[in-house]
Amino acid sequence: MSRKIYMILSILLIATVMLAACGAPATEAPPAATEEPAATEPTEAPAATEAPAATEAPAGEPVTITWWHITTKDPGLSDWQKMADDYMAEHPNVTIEITVLENEAFKTKLTTVMQSGDPPDIFQSWGGGGFNQQVEAGLLRDITADLEADSAWRDSFAPGALGVYSYQGKNYGVPWDMGMVGFWYNKALFEQAGIDSPPATWTEFLEDVQKLKDAGITPIAIGEGDKWPGMHFWNYLATRLCGQEKFEAAMARTGSFTDPCFVEAGVKLQELVALEPFQEGFLGAVHDDMQAAFGNGKAAMELSGQWAPSTSKANSADQQGLGENLGLFGFPAVEGGAGAGTDVVGGGNGFAIGKNAEPEAIDFVKYLTSVENQTIIAANGSGIPVVKGAETGLTDPNMLTVQETFAAADYFQLYYDQFLPPATGSVLNDSVQGLFAGTLTPEEVAQAVEDSVAQETQ
Amino acid sequence: MGFVALVGATKPGKKSRHMQQLPAIPDVLKLKRVSGAPRQLQDTLLIALFLLPALILFLLFVIYPIFRSIYFSMFDWNGLGPAVDFVGLQNFKDILTDKVFLKATSNVLLIIIFSVGAQLPLALALAVMVGRDLPGRGIFRTIFFMPYVLSEINVAIMWMLLYNPDPDRGLLNALVVSLGGETIGWLSSTNLVLFSIFIALTWKYFGFHMLLYLAGLQNIPQELEEAATIDGANSFQNFYYITLPLLGSTIRTSVYLSVLGSIQQFILVWIMTKGGPVNASETLATYMYRFGFVRFQLGYGSAVAIYMFLLCLIFSLIYQRLTRQPDYLTGL
Repeated sequence: MSRKIYMILSILLIATVMLAACGAPATEAPPAATEEPAATEPTEAPAATEAPAATEAPAGEPVTITWWHITTKDPGLSDWQKMADDYMAEHPNVTIEITVLENEAFKTKLTTVMQSGDPPDIFQSWGGGGFNQQVEAGLLRDITADLEADSAWRDSFAPGALGVYSYQGKNYGVPWDMGMVGFWYNKALFEQAGIDSPPATWTEFLEDVQKLKDAGITPIAIGEGDKWPGMHFWNYLATRLCGQEKFEAAMARTGSFTDPCFVEAGVKLQELVALEPFQEGFLGAVHDDMQAAFGNGKAAMELSGQWAPSTSKANSADQQGLGENLGLFGFPAVEGGAGAGTDVVGGGNGFAIGKNAEPEAIDFVKYLTSVENQTIIAANGSGIPVVKGAETGLTDPNMLTVQETFAAADYFQLYYDQFLPPATGSVLNDSVQGLFAGTLTPEEVAQAVEDSVAQETQ
Repeated sequence: MGFVALVGATKPGKKSRHMQQLPAIPDVLKLKRVSGAPRQLQDTLLIALFLLPALILFLLFVIYPIFRSIYFSMFDWNGLGPAVDFVGLQNFKDILTDKVFLKATSNVLLIIIFSVGAQLPLALALAVMVGRDLPGRGIFRTIFFMPYVLSEINVAIMWMLLYNPDPDRGLLNALVVSLGGETIGWLSSTNLVLFSIFIALTWKYFGFHMLLYLAGLQNIPQELEEAATIDGANSFQNFYYITLPLLGSTIRTSVYLSVLGSIQQFILVWIMTKGGPVNASETLATYMYRFGFVRFQLGYGSAVAIYMFLLCLIFSLIYQRLTRQPDYLTGL
C-alpha cells in the first residue's frame, strides 16, 4: 500500500513540476504587468497636478515606443537618451524603450525580429537595398501621409537625404545624418613629405602616395578585415569612371557591371595596391584599427566618412586625435572618367519606422529631427544635420566642408554595398578584399558583382 | 503515448509472485528487475513523465528547427516574408561547386587534424603531469583550466589584441620587434591566419580536455602501475602499456568532442577574422553565417547547415561503430 502512496506522490510531484514549467510564460507575465502600471503611473501623476495636462495635448492611452539605435558612444549616446527623457516628460503617456546595440549586433538582432515580423517602432537604417527589401516584405510603415500632413516637417529635410529613405515614391523613414566619404589626411605628415596641396587627380594622388612612402610615412590606413573600408575605394573609382549613367543602367539591367569602366575601377585600385601604401597587417585590421592608426598619426590618410573625426579621436591613444592637423579632401578626379570630380559617394543614418509603430512614434521622430535637436547633433559632432537651419550647429570646419561638398554635388551615390541588394553588397565587399589581397583580378570582381545583381534582380 | 502502451504491453504475467516479494521500503535497484504488466506500465509511465519536459523542449528547439532548415534549404529566400521561390536542390548543388565552401571544408579538416594531433596530446601530457605528485599541482590545474571558463568572445578579443599588427598595441609583435624581428601579420597573412586561430583555440580548449583526462586517470587503480613498476616497467612503459589503454574510453570521448567542436567552430573565428582575409580562415560555420546573416540568403545558408548536420551525423555514426571496443575497466 505504501508503494501506491509513494507512486501517487511521485506523479503528483512531477505534475507540479510540469505545471510549474508550463506556467513559466504565465510567471513572465507579472513583469509585463508591473511594467504597465509603471507606464500608467506618469499619466496619473499629471492628473494630480492637472495644470500641465491641460495645456498639453490631452494625455492619451499609455503608449510604449521601442527604439533601437547604434550610437554606443558619447556624446551621441547621452544626447539620444536626453531627447527621449525630455519627450517622455512632455508626453507622460509615452514610454520610450531604448535598446542600444553595437553595429554588427544590431544587424543580427534586427534580422531575427524581422523574420518574426515584429520590427521595433523606430530603428537605425542606412537606406538602400536592405531597406527596400524590408519595404517589400511589408515590415515598414508608410509615413508619406504623415509627411504630407506636416509639410513644414517634410520640407525641412534636404531632398536628397529624405529620398534615401523612400522606395517607389513612398517614404518609410527619415534621415538624421547625411555625409560623404572622402580622404581625411594628416596635414603635418603631408607637410613632412613635402606635399603642398592635396591631390586633385588620381595620378597626383598616386605620386603623393609615393612621396609619403619615400619620406618613411605609411600613406594610407585601412581596416580591410572589415571589407567595406576597401569597398569605398572601388566604389569611388567606379563612380568617377562610369558616372551616374552607367551605374544606373547596370542596376536597371540595360547595362552591365562587366562594362569596361567597372573593370577599369579594379585596375586603378590595383595600381594603388601595387604601391603597398597601407599599414602593416591591413588585411586583418578592423575599422577601429584603421581609425586608431590614423588617429595616432601613424598613417597620413584614410578614406572614410563623416564619422572619421570622432572615431579617429575615440580610438587614438590619447583620446585627442589629430586636432588641428586633421584635413579633408574629396576623392580625386580620375582622368578620362565619365563621372565628374564633384560627384559624391556617401550615406548617413536615419530612422526607419516599423510597421507596428503608433502615431506617437512618428511624433517622437518628428521631435528627434526638429531643428533644435538636429543642431545639438551637429554641435556635438554626432552627425551632419539634414534639416535646414541646423547647420549653424556645425562648428568644426571639416564638418562644414563635408556639408558644403555634399550640398554642391550634382550626383549623390549611396555607398554601393548599402545601395545594392544585401547579397550583392556582400559579394562586392568580399570581392574587393580579393583585389587588396591580390587573389582576384579586376575582371573577376566585375563578373562577381554582375552575376550577383543578375541573380538578385531576376 | 503509443510508445508507452506498446512497451507496457510486451511482458504480461508473473506479477503476483513479485508483488508479494516487495519490501516495505522500495529498494530502487531491486524494483528495476521486477517485471509484470501493471508494474512495468507504471514504471514506463513514470519514466515517460520524467522525460516529458525535456522531450518537449528537445522536439521544439532541436528536432523541429532541423526540419524547418531542411524545408528552407529548398528555397531562394531572403528571410523577409514567407519563402515562396522554390528551387529544389539547386542550393545544394551550388554549394558543392563553390570554391569557398571547399576551402572552408579543408580548413575544418585541418583544424580537426591539428586538434587531435596536437591539442589533445598536449592536454594528455599536462593531465599526466598535474595528475601526479607534482608540487603545487592544484595551482597548475586551476591555471590550465582557467581559459576554458572564459567566454569565447573574451578569448577572441584578447587574442586579437595580442595579435595586433601594430607593435605599439599588440604584445606579440612588440616582443618580435624587441627581439629584432619584423612585425608578423598574425591575422592578416593568408598563410598564417589559420595557425594563429588554432593557437587561440588550443589555449581555450586544452584545459577542458585536460580535465577529462584527469577524471579518467583517477579511475585507474594505482595498484596496476605499482605492480608494473615492481615487474620492472619504466615510466614510459607504464604510461604506454597501462595508462594509455586504460584511458581508452576517455580518449575516445575527448576525440569525439574535439572533432564535433572543430566542425562547428564559429565564435572565435568570426570575431577574430570573419573568415578572412579572403576566406583563408573560413570554417563551415562562418560560411553558413555569411550566407545566412550577412548576405541574407537564408535558403542557401540552411542548405549549408544541412551539410554540416550530415557531416556531424555521419562522423558520429562511423565513429561510434569504429570505436566500439570493450572498456578495460568497466567491461562495457
